[in-house]
Amino acid sequence: MLIRRRPDILPSEITPQEVYRQRRDLMRAGLAGAALLAVPQAFSAKLATVPGPYKLDESATRLKDVTSYNNYYEFGTGKYDPEENAKALKVRPWSVSVEGLCAKPRTFGIEELLKLAPLEERTYRMRCVEGWSMVIPWIGFPVSALLKQVQPLGNAKYVEFVTLADPKVMPGLRLPVLDWPYAEGLRMDEANHPLSILAVGLYGEELLPQNGAPIRLVVPWKYGFKSAKSIVKIRLVEQMPKTAWNVAAPQEYGFYSNVNPNVDHPRWSQATERRIGELTKRKTLMFNGYANEVASLYTGMDLKKFY
Amino acid sequence: MQAPSALRMLSPRQVLAAKIVVFAISLLPLAWWIWGFNRDLLGANPVETITHGTGDWCLRFLLITLAVTPMRKLTGMHWLLRLRRMLGLFAFFYGSLHLTTYLWLDQFFDWNAILKDIVKRPFITLGFAAYILMAPLALTSFDAAIRWLGARNWQRLHRAVYAVAILGVLHFWWLVKRDLTEPIIYAVLLGGLFAARWHYRKT
Repeated sequence: MLIRRRPDILPSEITPQEVYRQRRDLMRAGLAGAALLAVPQAFSAKLATVPGPYKLDESATRLKDVTSYNNYYEFGTGKYDPEENAKALKVRPWSVSVEGLCAKPRTFGIEELLKLAPLEERTYRMRCVEGWSMVIPWIGFPVSALLKQVQPLGNAKYVEFVTLADPKVMPGLRLPVLDWPYAEGLRMDEANHPLSILAVGLYGEELLPQNGAPIRLVVPWKYGFKSAKSIVKIRLVEQMPKTAWNVAAPQEYGFYSNVNPNVDHPRWSQATERRIGELTKRKTLMFNGYANEVASLYTGMDLKKFY
Repeated sequence: MQAPSALRMLSPRQVLAAKIVVFAISLLPLAWWIWGFNRDLLGANPVETITHGTGDWCLRFLLITLAVTPMRKLTGMHWLLRLRRMLGLFAFFYGSLHLTTYLWLDQFFDWNAILKDIVKRPFITLGFAAYILMAPLALTSFDAAIRWLGARNWQRLHRAVYAVAILGVLHFWWLVKRDLTEPIIYAVLLGGLFAARWHYRKT
């Protein structure tokens, strides 16, 4: 059996992305012989970034795995469905309405959001509740930078993130798998934590639709489903908002959903994970390895109860 | 809906040819995983692809095996019965690969964790029970076993295949996160096959 080893140089640094994608399309169509006729696909724009404050000494997951293995149920429940189905998503024009308990509610266009704060590169671990993980070099800015703009009121305790639900481009909405539109939520202090970002790109380029384009939440110490994709509305509220997976199966998915190797999912263990690209499994780390940064947010809380 | 007579009556050589063809086709999923693994064609999570694939094919071969009797009665192609043992053994073969994938590539033979998993997690319990129940059927699938056990006892034992199929579908049902479409399809097919058997039993 062949054991894949990670090269020292990232594949994305060697092979341009359009060549990757071209190859994938060819493979899928089984048209190896038609290579000369293939038209390169349009690919996303490069994003200028400044170095972010968090460094991670782990090699990043291959770009082709990050962009092909996705949970994005609006585009189908199969892992490889979103890459195909999300091509129909139009990410311009796009706007995000920020409303609720704040002094200056308003709508932000995507161009404005891209310039709201310096875009930072943030390479984070991403742990899915299903037991697999990746390392993704995101590009984004702190959620706090956006919230500051609207001046939250004192009674705003939670932030709700509402995502796109457009039946014209999202075939997954036909099945009542989740309560659409997909919504997620954070406590105000979680949203304002410097690790929480709104991501607009990865691997140096704008997000592809299957990764939550044009703007998504990334909260690296929580299971992946907390990081809502393709956000259209952000609401500041007083009560804990309803979140999609919690509504679907409250005994399996809590509001907090912090990565925790000591609290199993009722149907499977969370003690270990398979890092995509590796054959053996790793031990899952408390708060996904971000305990130093975030454990203090939960002081005194019983994490078995607030799972 | 009887098949044309040329298909109903096969010579021993034709039956042998059919067996060889079915045998070769039945190995194609395994061939694909080996090829695909080495060529990086099994997606971002090849272990998951193989785990799900072996489970799918185990269930599919169980359903195909259970379809032999209704198909035979429907079409009059009685030689199909001669393929049944092989089809059932392929269900066991893919079931064994499925279990091996779990024990090896998911748990890395950590027997402590495996035991806990079997006791604690209903879908693992069911899958394990299905496999344990399937093993004696595979082990008594040769002609001498029928003589040793007596045809009647042998048949009684092999009725356990119904339970294996039900457990297999439940095992799938309980592991799915949210979208039950696929397990529902298997359940409906299995229900249909049970209904067909019941129908032909009465006639």
